[in-house]
Amino acid sequence: MNIAAWFAKNTRAVIALVVVVAVLAVFGKSIPIWSGCTAALDRCADIVAIGVFQGMIVALVALGYTLVYGILQLINFANGSVFMLGSVGALFGVEIFGLTKDTPATTVILAFAVILPVTMLLTAGLNAGIERVAYRPLRRAPTLATLISAIGMDFILQNVGQVLIGPSPVSLPSLLPTTNIITEPFVIKVSHVFVTAITVPLLIGLMWFVQATRQGKAMRATAQDREAAGLMGIDVNRTISLTFLLAGALAGGAGVIVALYNGSAWWQYGFSYGLLAFTAAVFGGIGNLLGAAVGGIFLGVLISLNAFYVDPRWQDVVVFGILVVVLVFRPTGLFAAKQSERA
Amino acid sequence: MTAMTAAGGGPIARFRGTLADRNGQFRIVLVLIFVTILYGATYNDLRQGALRGLFEALPLPSVNVLIVMFYYAILALGLNIVVGFAGLLDLGYVAFYVFGAYTTAFLASPLHDIHIPWWFVVIAAVGVAALAGVLLGAPTLRLRGDYLAIVTLGFGEIMPVLARNLDDLDLSFIGGPEHFNLTGGNIGVNPIDPPILPIPGPWGDSLVFSNGNPVASLYLILGILLLVFVVCVRLRDSRLGRAWMAIREDETAAASMGIDTVSTKLLAFGLGASFSGFTGAFFGAYSTAIFPESFNFAVSISILIMIILGGMGSLRGVVLGAFMIRYVNDSLLPYLGRFVDDPIQSFGAVMPEIPILKERVEAFTLTSYNYLLYGLILVVMMIKRPEGLLPVAARKAELHGEGVAAEATFGTSVEVAEAATEFEAKAGHLKIHETSADDAPGTDDAPGTGGRA
Repeated sequence: MNIAAWFAKNTRAVIALVVVVAVLAVFGKSIPIWSGCTAALDRCADIVAIGVFQGMIVALVALGYTLVYGILQLINFANGSVFMLGSVGALFGVEIFGLTKDTPATTVILAFAVILPVTMLLTAGLNAGIERVAYRPLRRAPTLATLISAIGMDFILQNVGQVLIGPSPVSLPSLLPTTNIITEPFVIKVSHVFVTAITVPLLIGLMWFVQATRQGKAMRATAQDREAAGLMGIDVNRTISLTFLLAGALAGGAGVIVALYNGSAWWQYGFSYGLLAFTAAVFGGIGNLLGAAVGGIFLGVLISLNAFYVDPRWQDVVVFGILVVVLVFRPTGLFAAKQSERA
Repeated sequence: MTAMTAAGGGPIARFRGTLADRNGQFRIVLVLIFVTILYGATYNDLRQGALRGLFEALPLPSVNVLIVMFYYAILALGLNIVVGFAGLLDLGYVAFYVFGAYTTAFLASPLHDIHIPWWFVVIAAVGVAALAGVLLGAPTLRLRGDYLAIVTLGFGEIMPVLARNLDDLDLSFIGGPEHFNLTGGNIGVNPIDPPILPIPGPWGDSLVFSNGNPVASLYLILGILLLVFVVCVRLRDSRLGRAWMAIREDETAAASMGIDTVSTKLLAFGLGASFSGFTGAFFGAYSTAIFPESFNFAVSISILIMIILGGMGSLRGVVLGAFMIRYVNDSLLPYLGRFVDDPIQSFGAVMPEIPILKERVEAFTLTSYNYLLYGLILVVMMIKRPEGLLPVAARKAELHGEGVAAEATFGTSVEVAEAATEFEAKAGHLKIHETSADDAPGTDDAPGTGGRA
């Protein structure tokens, strides 16, 4: 579809976006959008690159939302908190291994070769347990009853996180060297490589699992029509549990990465990253795996641009503005999913 | 038995019917009002004097806690119109609270040097909040239930951020100042003029309703709560109320019966928001200061919890839910904490050195577990008793026992469940809300599956 036709088809959405941009531009000093843009245009490539790295983390969490929504039509509110507990897991791992900023790189890598899978296993089990306790009894209840139960689980997990590490953010020692590995003026740090090295295999692995394995086929079938899938001999409960295991593992992995990348863990990360990721999932068309990944990276770039050119304190307004506009004008997401692509 | 039969008599009987469905309950309401007035009037004397020991030994709510309980009851009654009556899950109710509170701050504080008496400000606050409800509702109401929930959540999050960030506006393009502080930013607005009545008396030249004079504020909020409750009952029994419930049960059927679903839902949003604006105006003026942090997602959810605990759509239940949640949060948890915190902290001091855990045990405070409590209430109520503690039983059974699909929105299957118990013979095989965990794979919420065979 060419751009003119797309604009013609989405006039209202375009008008809404223009209005949002105009309003943001008008609100003066707090948004130095015009002066900032021109002054720092040469740094644009770096900012986009940083956004892509952040976006990959968001994409991991977004995949959790989209997987569960695809199969149960449930916004798994607790996914954000599972992610947060993943970063708590990283914090505990660092404490247990006694890692400090002076620890040699090889030791750090070996330690995380243990911490990452263990945390992912734990959060996977936690997510499947949540489904078993809080969602499965409500399988036949109206959707909103399950949504409320999910919000309840989210609150419980937030409180657990708060009790585990305290009410304020906890810093991790800076374990990743901050040296630039390519030539100036461009900046790519070791931490970026680390994020990529974990995220990309996970994303590709998940795609492969859903598209190419027998279990993935069962997931796609269950997402399409749960009853028919059951009649075809697919164990629906097991498939749903598996979906929650996968979503929990991804969220936990993302939590570990964020703890390292940001160098801190906080019980409120679940809410902020969770909504960012949910927006990414909606943006890409909820239920669409590739869409969630692309949406995550897009949002990552967007918040990075916002943080540099506008002001990080407008991040929530930008993210929620996008969420509201997309949901109101194009609830199927920007890349409307073909039925066969849903998982 | 029902409010309708009670409303048949003279004005007194009608008043009774409005406040309580049964005569016995009306007496309870009267007793509660009387006890509140007496409690407020004697609180200071008893707390400091004769019954000091009793007040220290028992978790009795202070007058300030009572006020919080009362205004949260008003908030819960307002959200109940949206969630309980019209069946629209609103997760960002706090947005309208922000509108009410900041309207008050704009019109009655040194921030913009405007000092309009609260009694007029409150009208503006209600109007602004209701307008905001309609404006925010208009584009979102055609969304499906869970998307509506998320979009309202988004609005609820955006409003406090705006309140926090709009403190340095460049209005030079319309000839205004270059640094215009609209909302007070992070530090909020402090002070705000409290409501004042120029009546001389033992309290001085004029009667001030602020946290400096909690007893007067208690009586004011008690009066407002009673008024709001009566309005809610009248709304529930009105043509509009029946239209809301019809939409909640089955939107398509309601539309085909001639109900204008869009304007009816917008009215629910607007009226629900106006209650929130009212409370926001009271909160700002009573506490004489507002801060952006007081309006977060947890406030929206805690109000939702009150409704779910008491019973969606049940006015008495909602008020009870609000009282319980606020009482437990503000009075009971701190009270119990007085006994539990110290022993656990001192255990933490002597326990073996376990990284992080020891530190956390040493910092134990019971009041920091309120989110856990909120979450448990939501999950347990949804699974074990989705109809709430004081559900709407008899009337709903008459109305909905006739085989309405137990689908549409949440709450419906609950009422059909009620119908099933009360009208078992009539209701037949209702497929309702199975709580068995090992369900066969089902069609869950596909339309009509919950209906009567």
